[in-house]
Order: sequence, then C-alpha cells, then structure tokens
Amino acid sequence: MAQLGRSMDVHVVESEHERTSTGLPHLKLAMWLFLASDCLLFGALISTYVLYRGASRVGPYPAEVFDIPYTSVSSFVLLASSLTMVLALAAIQRGDQGQLRVWLLATAMLGTTFVGGQVFEFTTFADEGLTLTTNLFSTTFYVLTGFHGTHVVVGILMLLTVLALSFAGRLPPERAMTVELVGLYWHFVDIVWIVIFTVVYLIPTGTPGGAQ
Amino acid sequence: MATVSVPGERRSWLVRRPRSTTGFWSWVTTVDHKRIGILYGITAFAFFVVGGSEALLLRLQLAQPEQEVVSAAVYNELFTMHGVTMVFLVVMPLSAAFFNYLIPLMIGARDVAFPRLNAYSYWAFLFGGVFIYSSFFLGGAPNGGWFGYAPNSVLDPTRGMTFYSLGLIITGIASTVSAINLAVTVINMRAPGMTLFRMPVFVWMGLVVQLLLAFSLPIITVGLTELFFDRRFHTHFFDPAAGGDPLLWQHLFWLFGHPEVYILILPAMGIVSEVLPVFARKPLFGYQFVVFSGIAIGFIGFGVWAHHMFATGLGPVANTAFGISTMIIAVPTGVKIFNWLGTLWRGDIRFATPMLFALGFIAMFVIGGLSGVTHAVVPHDYQQTDTYYIVAHFHYVLFGGAIFGLFAGIYYWWPKVFGRFLNERIGRINFWIMLIGFNLTFGPMHILGLQGMPRRIHSYPASLGLGFWNLVATAGAFLIALSVLVFLVNAVASFRRPAEMAADPWDARTLEWLTTSPPPEHNFDEIPVVHSLDELWHRKYAETRGGRVVPVPAGGAGDEHEAVADDSAGHGAGHAIHMPSPSYWPVVAALGLPIIAYGLIFNMWLVGLGVVVVLVGFYGWILEPSAE
Amino acid sequence: MSGRETVEPETTGARARHAGAVTRHPSPKEYVRIAIILAVITALEVVVYYIDAVRDLLIPLLFLFSLIKFTLVVLWFMHLKFDSRTYARFFVLGFAGAITLYLIVLLTFRVFGG
Repeated sequence: MAQLGRSMDVHVVESEHERTSTGLPHLKLAMWLFLASDCLLFGALISTYVLYRGASRVGPYPAEVFDIPYTSVSSFVLLASSLTMVLALAAIQRGDQGQLRVWLLATAMLGTTFVGGQVFEFTTFADEGLTLTTNLFSTTFYVLTGFHGTHVVVGILMLLTVLALSFAGRLPPERAMTVELVGLYWHFVDIVWIVIFTVVYLIPTGTPGGAQ
Repeated sequence: MATVSVPGERRSWLVRRPRSTTGFWSWVTTVDHKRIGILYGITAFAFFVVGGSEALLLRLQLAQPEQEVVSAAVYNELFTMHGVTMVFLVVMPLSAAFFNYLIPLMIGARDVAFPRLNAYSYWAFLFGGVFIYSSFFLGGAPNGGWFGYAPNSVLDPTRGMTFYSLGLIITGIASTVSAINLAVTVINMRAPGMTLFRMPVFVWMGLVVQLLLAFSLPIITVGLTELFFDRRFHTHFFDPAAGGDPLLWQHLFWLFGHPEVYILILPAMGIVSEVLPVFARKPLFGYQFVVFSGIAIGFIGFGVWAHHMFATGLGPVANTAFGISTMIIAVPTGVKIFNWLGTLWRGDIRFATPMLFALGFIAMFVIGGLSGVTHAVVPHDYQQTDTYYIVAHFHYVLFGGAIFGLFAGIYYWWPKVFGRFLNERIGRINFWIMLIGFNLTFGPMHILGLQGMPRRIHSYPASLGLGFWNLVATAGAFLIALSVLVFLVNAVASFRRPAEMAADPWDARTLEWLTTSPPPEHNFDEIPVVHSLDELWHRKYAETRGGRVVPVPAGGAGDEHEAVADDSAGHGAGHAIHMPSPSYWPVVAALGLPIIAYGLIFNMWLVGLGVVVVLVGFYGWILEPSAE
Repeated sequence: MSGRETVEPETTGARARHAGAVTRHPSPKEYVRIAIILAVITALEVVVYYIDAVRDLLIPLLFLFSLIKFTLVVLWFMHLKFDSRTYARFFVLGFAGAITLYLIVLLTFRVFGG
C-alpha cells in the first residue's frame, strides 16, 4: 500500500506534457533506444572493414589514396558542427529563437561541408582508380562511409526542417526537445565518425609487400 | 459518467484528415493498436496458409524417392520461401498481433507510445511481404534457403536473392521501428501502481523480444545490404577471388538468426504463462523465476550463434565455447518448464482448448528442446547438421512450440477481441488433428536425419530406404492442413453468433479482462490503479486465513479500487477521451519502401520516386498533429 | 532493469533531483571548452600519426584519444552525464553489446593474429 502512495505521486522530471512511468519523455527514450540499435549497425560495417583490412588482392591501397590532412579538416568540421548543435539547443532552452536559427544553420552548413568534402574525396579516389568494385578495400570503405554519409544527409534534412519550423513560429521553448532529439542523432553521427576516422584512416593498413 | 472516444475533426488542409471509424478506409488509416493487431493477425494467417501450401508441395515431392512433382529449381524456391514465410511473415507478425493488441491493455494504457509509427510498421511489413512474393512473377523467387548462404546467394543468376535481400530489409525496418515503439510503451506507459514486477509475464516477454529485435535486426540489415551490393553492384564482401570470405555472411546472419529464434519462441512462452494459470486456477508458479529466465534467455541468446556453424571449421576453441554456451541456455529454458509444471500441479484444471494447446506446447517444446541439447554436443552435431534431424528439431520448437502457443492465444483471446467464443468441440478437433498430424510429420524426421537424409535435396534414391518415413511425414502434413482448415471453419462460424460477450468469460487474472469484449477504442473508461500482480484476480478474490480462495463481495470493494480519471486532455473527469486520430501518412511513408526496392532492381528513377514518396509521407506525418 | 520501484524520479550522486526540477545544463562556455579539447585531441591524433618515434604506440594512443573524444561527446554534448541513468543503460547495452559481439566474430577470424 505504501507503493500505492508513491505511485500516485508520480511526478514528471523531464516529461512535462505526458505522464510516463519513468518520468522520461517517450520520444527521448525512443531516440536513445534507436541510437543503441544503430551501434549494432555501424559495428557490423566497421567490423567488416577491419576484417578485410590488408586483404585486398589488388590496389589502390589505403596508404596510396588517403589524404590524412584533408580528412582531418573534415573531422574538425564535423566536431565543430557538434558544438554548434549544442549551442543551438542551449539557445532554444533559454528562449532565444534568433540564436537558435543561427546555430542550426551553422550546423547544417558544417554538415553540408562535411558531406561535400566526402564527395570530393570519393571522386578523387575514383580518379585515382578506386571505384566501388575495385577491391575489398573499396568495397568496405565506400559502403561504410556511404552509410555514414547517408546518416549525415538525413541529419541535415532534419536540421533544415527544424529550422523551417522555427521560422514558421512553430518551435517555442516548450518544444526544445525537438531540437534536443535532432541533436542526439547528430552527435551520434559525429561519434561514429570519430571511430571511423581512427579505425579507417589513422590506423595504418599494411599493403602486400610491406609498403606503408 | 459516459466516456467516449472522439474521432478526429476535420481540418481544411491539403488533405483532409480521415475521420471514418467504419469501412475499408478506416482500416487503412487506423492508428488503433487493436485494429493494427487484428491486421497483423489476419495478414500473418494468410501467409501461414501460403507457407503451409509451399510445405505441402515440398512434402508431395518428397513422399516417394526419385519423383519429379516439381523440378529441383522450383523445389529450391519452395523450401526457401517456406522458411522465409514462416519465420518472417507468419510467426513474427502473429506474435506482433498479440503484442500490439494486448500490451497496452495488459498494462492499463490506452494505446502504444507512437500510434502512427505502429501503423507504419504494419504497412511496411505487408508491403515487404508482398514485395518478396512478387518475385515469383518478376524473375524467380528466392532460392538460396531462408539463411541465404554465400557464395551461392551471391552467384545465383535469377533475381530471387535480390528480392530476398531487399524484402527482408523492408520487413526489418518495420520490426525495428515496432520494437522501439513497444519497448517505450512497456517501459513508459504502465498504469499507476504497475511496477515492472507486477506486469504480466506476457508483457515481460514482450519487452525482452523488442530489445532482442532492436539489437539483432541491424546486424542482418548490414549482412543483407552487403549481399545486395555483391549481387547488384558486384562488390566483393563475400567474394573469395577478391579476398572476401563467405563465412562473414554466416556470422552476420546467425548473429541475428539466433536471437531471432528466441524472438520466435518467447511470445508463445508468454502466452502459455498467461493461459496455464487461468485454466489451472492457480497463480503462475515462480513468477520471478519465469521472468528472469526470459531475460536470461534473451541475453545468452546473443552468445550462441556459432552453434549454427560448428561444421565450418571455426576450430576447437570456438566450437567448445559455443557448445558450452548453448548447453547453458537450456537451463533457463528448463526453469520455465518446471515452473509451468509447478503451476499445473494440484491445479483445478479445465481442459478448454486454450489449455490443450498450452499443454501441447509444453510437451512438443520439451521434445524439440531435448533434440536441441543434443546439437550442442559438437561431435554429435557434425553428424546431425544438414540432415533432417535438424529439421525435426526446429519444427518441434517452432511449430510444436511457437505455433501451438500462438493457437493457445488465439483460442484464449478470441472472445476478448471478437466478442464471441470459438467453438469448443471444433477447437478440440482442431487441436487433436493438429497434434497428431504434427507428430506424424516431424517425428519421423528424427529417424530420417539419423539415417543420413540430407536437408534441402529435391529427391533421394530409392536404394537409401528413406521412402517409408517420408511417406508418413507427407501424410502427417496433410493432416496438419486439415486441422488448419478445421480452425478456419471454427473462425468463420464464430462470426455467425452475435457478439455478446462478458468482459471476463474465462475468470482470468490480467487487466485486459477488466474492460468490455471487445474493448472500446479508448480501452478503459477509467485507467485502473494497480496494487499487485494479477491485479484483476485480486479484485475478484481474496484468500481466507485457511488459504481458501473466496470471491470478494460485490460492491464492497468498490471504494478501494481507485481509477485514475483520465486527465490527458486536461478536461477533467467525465469528459470525452481524446484518442490519436487516424492518418494516411503512415501508409504513404511505408509505400515508399517497396518503390525504392523495385527501383534498385529495375530502374534507378524509381528509387528517386520512392525517396520522394517516403519524404512526402514523413513530412505529412510530422506536420500533422497526432490528435485533432 | 532492476526490480526497483521505477515511478519515482531517479537520483544521481550528490545531485538529487526533486520532482519538477530542471536538469542541469552546461553553459555555452563549457560547451566551447569541451569543443576546444576535442579539437586539440584530434590534432594530437593527426600529429601522433606522423611521428615515427611512437609508431609502436600508435594504435593504443589512437584508441585512447578516440575513447576520450567519444566519452566527452556522449557525456556532455549528448547530456548523458546529467540525464537519467535509464538512457545511459540502454545506450551502453547497445554499445557494449556491439563491441563484445563483433570482437568475438573478429577473434574467430583470427584478425588479431591468433
């Protein structure tokens, strides 16, 4: 019976609009579950890459095509976009629509820069003889980074949608969670890149013949 | 105080919000978990008949040695599609039907966390299933086995395995999204007082299954993507000539595939855990053990996958490790069985049809489980693998187990869903013919397997002496078909009776029996406050000091059973309950998926169209309020 | 999930949250500080990549750096440090599960020279 008393006192800590058993909002719980599940997705792709590292029978090989300084800039760009994302969230939480829009736009632009950088990188690789079907390296590399890039594009779409909602006056501070959810997705895409940058680009892949 | 569900109001917009509650379009646009559950159930049953027909053709072909009832090429399509259908288009959606219908009711909620997403899952499932089957007319059905082993699945020149890879990605999206939806529902939408350990076992098993789905489906999605890319774009994921390894496919497939079999069995186990106490008039023995066993099975289920790969040369260390983990998982399963037996022991047993199927489940599942334990012994598995002994095992657990359990659920909850009973006498006939037919079909397969009959062969030489048991098995298969027919007759006949059903015709224990049969759209006039496990039972009965169960005096307990007047609309008690409104957008968004898939096979412009349809669907959805 | 009563607000460490309290959010300045640390570590990663002297330590160092960046983003930008433990539990379940499962798969392929 004591539990009855406690259960009647359910107070929402985060969830202000709906009464939930945990006090947590449905959408945020769902987003975290989705991100947890997405770990399994990227894990499989990254593992495939790692499994086949150094196993390509023909070139071009990673060391021959990778431009580490170039990709480092890409990484900085994506990291910066996580900062602008979280600043956008902070803005709407304190009710600043103007700053919200600035930072959302900045995040979208940085994201687009990242994707543009990838497109340029891939076309350069292709010119150098590394197309989708060239070898195991190309197979695993393009599909892994392609999946990641697609996630980024979806994220940019979400950012622009939220931006449009803000301009339409449909994003008051009470709806800050919408921005928070997009942010969670965006940061996740960023941390996947942190792993990819290290595992794919920075950890050296030996080539047959020992050249590195 | 009259409570009524308010349908969506009109809004002048690009597209009018649907508002009908009857007729064809009301089903297309429904977001009501009960209707969605019924849709899943009907669709799954239709696929059951199709998958069963495929099995009958297989059995006809194998009834005697050296026949050519169907060609080898067709045979390959049949056994592949039989497996794909039964796993992905029958047992999973049938379980989804029960989860969708019952979980909100059992936890005292009005719907799931995301009703439109729920609808989306159903339509994506339907479109995915239709997409896969369309392959029969578009270049050949999948023919590489339901497990699609590379390099065969990559190299097969017909279109079938491409349809396989894309179709299962579509159904995978449906299930992943539904898993997140139902998990949030269970975690977050329980009635006041319903702590996790006051939830029915069926709901617990539901939660475990959703988490299994959420974590295993992404793995096979990657595998299927890699398979698709190898086939369509000639990449090298499984291409040995380029350094690829077909074994990678097996790992990715079984990393999903093993949790998948627990996804297939846990719902039925949940059903049995609900049916036995009601028809033994005793609480479930060892509720906490049953729950923890389910969780343990889910967990350990992720650690046994390579037992499907013992014969692939993983080496003694891997084989030993996975052999041990496979034996370990028998323990929580056994715990459940003993708890069910404990529930039956000294119970006041009613042998109604749901109980018959539940008992059948226990017996058949034990047999299947025992053969499973023999597979765990690696040297023995070297002998059994790829023989009919394995076929016997998984049919005992998936048919004798899952299907029997699901039938128990069908008979048990039919009055709640449709307001009429299924006929008891016909139900008994249904059960016995199914039990006998099933054992005649799959029992002999143990023998055939140990005699060396390989799997996936379209005919066998007369000299092997396998003809007799194969003939028996075929006869059994037709008995199964007869029993399904008997069920269909029972189902159709039930609608001849008027829908006058009490809320609680079985004298049951859980909250879905608190409301009318069938429930109103809003499920409960007042959300119940929960004080214990088996809440409904404790509202009806108390235990005397001598341990006798006596009915609680009617009316006297009325004051204690508070309900929460629904305040979700902020209007206070006594006003209409606003339910989520119907919507077109889930269907639209789901339709984009098969369009993209056809495009990937036939024409890239179609992919663009499909993407547009998906985007239109999603934007329409986002911009529309969930209720009006 | 444990058998604990789940309907009450959860508490973390010294910061017990009362019903209706707003969870703590870092200030923009703190976020910028985190971002600077992330940038510095990324720079370090690239630098270490080019230094021959630490070639043998390259992989452990890179792992360490990525782990730190990962943790910073998850804990601060994704707010897990300040949010309900429930989110973290589910995320860790998926993340740790992925690492464990795929590590085992790679081990069976003897990727690590077994």
